[in-house]
Amino acid sequence: MKPVQQTSNSVVIERKPSILSQIKKNLPAYLFLLPKLILFIAFIAIPVVWAFILSFQEYKIFGSEWAGFDNYIKVFQSEAFYIALKNTFLFTVVTVPFNVVSALIIASLIYPLGKLSQSFFRAAFYLPTVTSMVIVAMVWRWMYNTDFGIFNYILGWFGVDSINWLGQSSSALWALIIMQCLIPFGVGIILYLASMGSISESLYEAATIDGANGIQKWIHITLPLLKPSTLYLVLLSTIGSFQVFTQIIMMTGGGPGSATETLVHLIYKTGFRDFEFGLAAAQSVVLFFIILLFSVIQFRVLKYDE
Amino acid sequence: MQNSRSIQKLNKTIIYLLLGVFSIVSLLPLYWVFSTSMQLSKYQDEELERPVSYVDSNPPKMYPMGIPEYFEHWGKAREADKNGDTKEEAYHREVMDNIVSDTFSGFTTLFQKNNIGRWFLNSAYIAVVVTIGILLIDSMAGYVLAKKQFPGRNIIFWAIIATMMIPGQVTLVPLFMMVKNLGIMDTHWALIFPDLAMVFGVFLMRQFMYSIPDELLDAAKIDGASEWKTYWKIVLPLARPGLAALGIFTFMSVWNSFLWPIIVLNDANLYTLPVGLKSLQDANLASFKLLMSGAAIAAVPMIIVFIMFQRHFIKGLTLGGVKE
Repeated sequence: MKPVQQTSNSVVIERKPSILSQIKKNLPAYLFLLPKLILFIAFIAIPVVWAFILSFQEYKIFGSEWAGFDNYIKVFQSEAFYIALKNTFLFTVVTVPFNVVSALIIASLIYPLGKLSQSFFRAAFYLPTVTSMVIVAMVWRWMYNTDFGIFNYILGWFGVDSINWLGQSSSALWALIIMQCLIPFGVGIILYLASMGSISESLYEAATIDGANGIQKWIHITLPLLKPSTLYLVLLSTIGSFQVFTQIIMMTGGGPGSATETLVHLIYKTGFRDFEFGLAAAQSVVLFFIILLFSVIQFRVLKYDE
Repeated sequence: MQNSRSIQKLNKTIIYLLLGVFSIVSLLPLYWVFSTSMQLSKYQDEELERPVSYVDSNPPKMYPMGIPEYFEHWGKAREADKNGDTKEEAYHREVMDNIVSDTFSGFTTLFQKNNIGRWFLNSAYIAVVVTIGILLIDSMAGYVLAKKQFPGRNIIFWAIIATMMIPGQVTLVPLFMMVKNLGIMDTHWALIFPDLAMVFGVFLMRQFMYSIPDELLDAAKIDGASEWKTYWKIVLPLARPGLAALGIFTFMSVWNSFLWPIIVLNDANLYTLPVGLKSLQDANLASFKLLMSGAAIAAVPMIIVFIMFQRHFIKGLTLGGVKE
């Protein structure tokens, strides 16, 4: 064995080596990559390409037929899609800013505290995030219960009549939005805390010498330096919010009527209740482009709007 | 001076007050799960003729009513014991037993009649298999993507990153057809394989492996260590904090995963906990005590994992997002 010669491989090579010899030389690297690559190709890459193909087909059990843009036309002509889009959009537009801003406020309140209180509150706000949305949705449905729910009981203190939160179309979507706002954005709080920790103390000291008070420091130093985190969190929660599903199926099933229908719930219904695979594929491709569009817009606005 | 210090003290009080209120709001739903799961549901009150339920009561009871009732009868039983009234004492002891069994009746029903033990094991089995698989496969991939030069490296990396942008719902229908064609519909493999393909870990591992010094790897090579040995004996131990974070996140996302499992699982014996909870809710819309007992059983493992590994949770979150 001559290990020394093996390590200096850049000395002799002049002519371009053939593909085969390249593969041979890097065989260990490819072998290390192989398991992930196979899984990735089989269960992600092929399904993604397949989804695009399916969206142009009419699905039939024995051989699907090419349908051109029919599925997309159907998507954009169906009222259900626009209702789902509108609901999802409203849900996102209210909850994302609320969640990100409240995460920022909570993190700012926690940050100056001592180590022990810091980790206590961090845990208190992150704990709801580790419990499954299925569980959260089940208990919120119970808390929203018209006769025995805790919310109507609390409203009763102020003399407000009981509300059938989830059972009427005027309030169902708002009930879900309020719920999303009141579930703390644990990821956001922890990320903000970490970013605040990485801001140099000397900046604050300089500002103190210049006579800045706490709020001024927060506005002029903390806030601008948290911008990358804010961008990341807004993107993250927008993407998550466009995919809202679990609450819907566990709490309202999209109803009453279609008052709480959302895009992913619609895709689920189209694909796995009605078995219209082509149409469901087209809906999911549209969802993908909507999310992409929003990501690009947010990236631009938050990044370059200095 | 005195003035500004008292202002500071006031500020601190306000901060604690605000955070206290916020964290009550944050933790109330979880508290409500546990409280309702242990609420008395068919309590035989002494004054009332019929059994009462504190689950469906207005105003709602803020804590398991079994606790005060239990201690009340405990006190009475002791008093009766002191007075030498054995009959009275036996009565109160019996009521206490009834209170205990009523308090935990949701759990016992779930284990005896609803197979929840099976669902629990299914969830645990799938989460463990996927987590171990992901840790191995993703650390191998992340290692070579970070530390080796070979043709196609960048293409592979960017292909993987690009798919992180694509929402999972896009692949639902094709995956469903694929799983059907493979003949693994309604089996746990239908959950395990797509989960093992998740790409987030490759990205995380690659970021983490960058910080491993090249000199260490070169030294191992000079000592004649094989590629596998280098990876197993040097790279993996150095990557332990990253592996811990990835492991916890994988476990959590598999344990809580819902949309795909409700599509591919039909056999109630194969359900994972979230799917089981949904079936429970579909079948027992009215029995909130039972539902909350199921929710509590599903929530406890993640709460324990979180409390035990809080440090790694935070590490994993910040690795994914703060850098740059």
